[in-house]
Amino acid sequence: MINLLLFPVLIPFLFAAVLLLFPKKVKAQRIVTMIGLLFALASSFVLLYKVKVDGVQALTLGSWAPPFGITMVSDMFSAMLVTSSLLIAFFVVWYSFSSIGEAREKAFYYPAILFMLTGVNGAFTTGDIFNMFVFFEVLLMSSYVLIVLGGEKVQLKESIKYIIVNIVSSSLFVITVGYLYSVVGTLNMADISVKLAEIGPSGIVTVIAVLFLIVFGIKGGIFPLFFWLPGSYAAPPIPVIALFGALLTKVGVYAIMRTYTLFFTTDVGYTHTLLMILSILTIVVGCIGALAYFDVKQIIIYNIVIAVGVILFGASVMNESGMMGSVFYLIHDILIKGALFLLIGIIIKITGTSDLRKMGGLMKRYPMLGWVYLVVAFGLAGIPPLSGFIGKLLIVQGGFEGDLLWQSIFILASSLIVLLSVIRIFIYAFWGEEKGEHLISDKKYRHLLAPAITLATITVLYGVGAEYLVPFMGDATNVLLDPSLYIDAVFEGVK
Amino acid sequence: MEILMSILIGFLFMAAVYLILSRSLLRIIIGTGLLSHGTHLLLLTMGGLGGKSAPVLADGITDYADPLPQALILTAIVISFGVTAFSLVLAYRAYKVVGTDNMDLMKGNEDND
Repeated sequence: MINLLLFPVLIPFLFAAVLLLFPKKVKAQRIVTMIGLLFALASSFVLLYKVKVDGVQALTLGSWAPPFGITMVSDMFSAMLVTSSLLIAFFVVWYSFSSIGEAREKAFYYPAILFMLTGVNGAFTTGDIFNMFVFFEVLLMSSYVLIVLGGEKVQLKESIKYIIVNIVSSSLFVITVGYLYSVVGTLNMADISVKLAEIGPSGIVTVIAVLFLIVFGIKGGIFPLFFWLPGSYAAPPIPVIALFGALLTKVGVYAIMRTYTLFFTTDVGYTHTLLMILSILTIVVGCIGALAYFDVKQIIIYNIVIAVGVILFGASVMNESGMMGSVFYLIHDILIKGALFLLIGIIIKITGTSDLRKMGGLMKRYPMLGWVYLVVAFGLAGIPPLSGFIGKLLIVQGGFEGDLLWQSIFILASSLIVLLSVIRIFIYAFWGEEKGEHLISDKKYRHLLAPAITLATITVLYGVGAEYLVPFMGDATNVLLDPSLYIDAVFEGVK
Repeated sequence: MEILMSILIGFLFMAAVYLILSRSLLRIIIGTGLLSHGTHLLLLTMGGLGGKSAPVLADGITDYADPLPQALILTAIVISFGVTAFSLVLAYRAYKVVGTDNMDLMKGNEDND
């Protein structure tokens, strides 16, 4: 099954194409989407097993020799990201059934989600830098549709900003690829890595590295480039925010981690120090934002920014514990941000507002929601048996090993602020006197809670079962720290 | 020739940035159009402007232009065409619903309109 690594990309694509044919039949749309996601999920688990047993999988399309055709590469890192993105999409779609509303479901909502998954999984799997640009556009185009679908006033206003920012960053991506092509004369990522190692430290390569940081930093929301994120992410309905918050910024983070471990390893003193400083500043602004708002959506959105900073800090240290921590934390963050958004979506549905000051006393009527939210909030902050702990522990350990004492202590301090920001939601929404009326029927509440609880359970299992995941994370870290494994897999049987 | 092209592309980028920073929505979209023109010309220039003949196989010709940047540009053109069409329709819808094309007035949420 040499084409196995294409299945998580192709299956959502084919199902999305089929879904375009009958937009008005909502039941059929739902069933076909679920079937498609289950197939894709199954194939991604098989891929995960295959990568675990046989090492990095590479496939050059059309039987061309590697640097000349488009290569798709699946190492453990990308296979795990593909699996978690499909997992999160499964729960978001399940949640959408009782949340998104029939009008949107009839307007190509499910095909847009599946096309976005095609782009996300393609960007995780590709081994060609221009092909990565194309997959970025696939996922961005679908995200434009998802962010504006429904056409409310606030969505129209915010989606214009989102689109303009992304047009500019896509142009910058193409410009950077053009510069890189004029330096190395190739687009295959493994081949670029070989050629850049031959060139060695050089001014222009460092410039290109910083340009890539700007391009992917705009997508990922790092410090000076995150300005578009809080406004745009607050506009669409909750399932769409959950999908965006869990996946879209992570694609930018993945691209930074991939390029900074595979391409730009010759002038680490400059590029990775820059990445480290920016990631710390990202955590600072994220913490400020997370404490500043009384709006539940904004609090979680700024928590996305904090997490991006933490992951990139771990990656910038470039030692084994730091990198492994980043991989752990990246997957954890995809799952937990999805769970958090689904849970606060229920809170917003119940109270009809996202303003904390207008909520209160939900614990009496919705104890299950309260306790699950509390567990997920502890998981986000990194309380030991839960999922955020092991990743942050390894990142901090990597920081100490890399002699970054103050920065590591800072990461620990930021956990406190994360905890404070999410516990504020708990205190305001669940404690105190009951305020306002409850706008949701019991049946709908149960339908919304089921996917959220299942996802929350998975995050708990991810934390409790961390020991079983260590071999997988170890494989991912090995490939990131030793690019020759990646390069050899691509050029297998050619050189 | 590459120097001349670089200067031209620089001017296109300058104009694009100036237009994108302006207030009117339509000017911003014109700016993104100029930006993508600049980008595509840059790809062409970065591939090198050498090569006497178009990249079509023919007898007796050995000196072809680099075919790869041309394929990349073709891809980038259709993508930016799709995105531009979408953003134009979006601008039209926003003008209908919000009632302005002034980006300064497109701030805030429903609460403080």
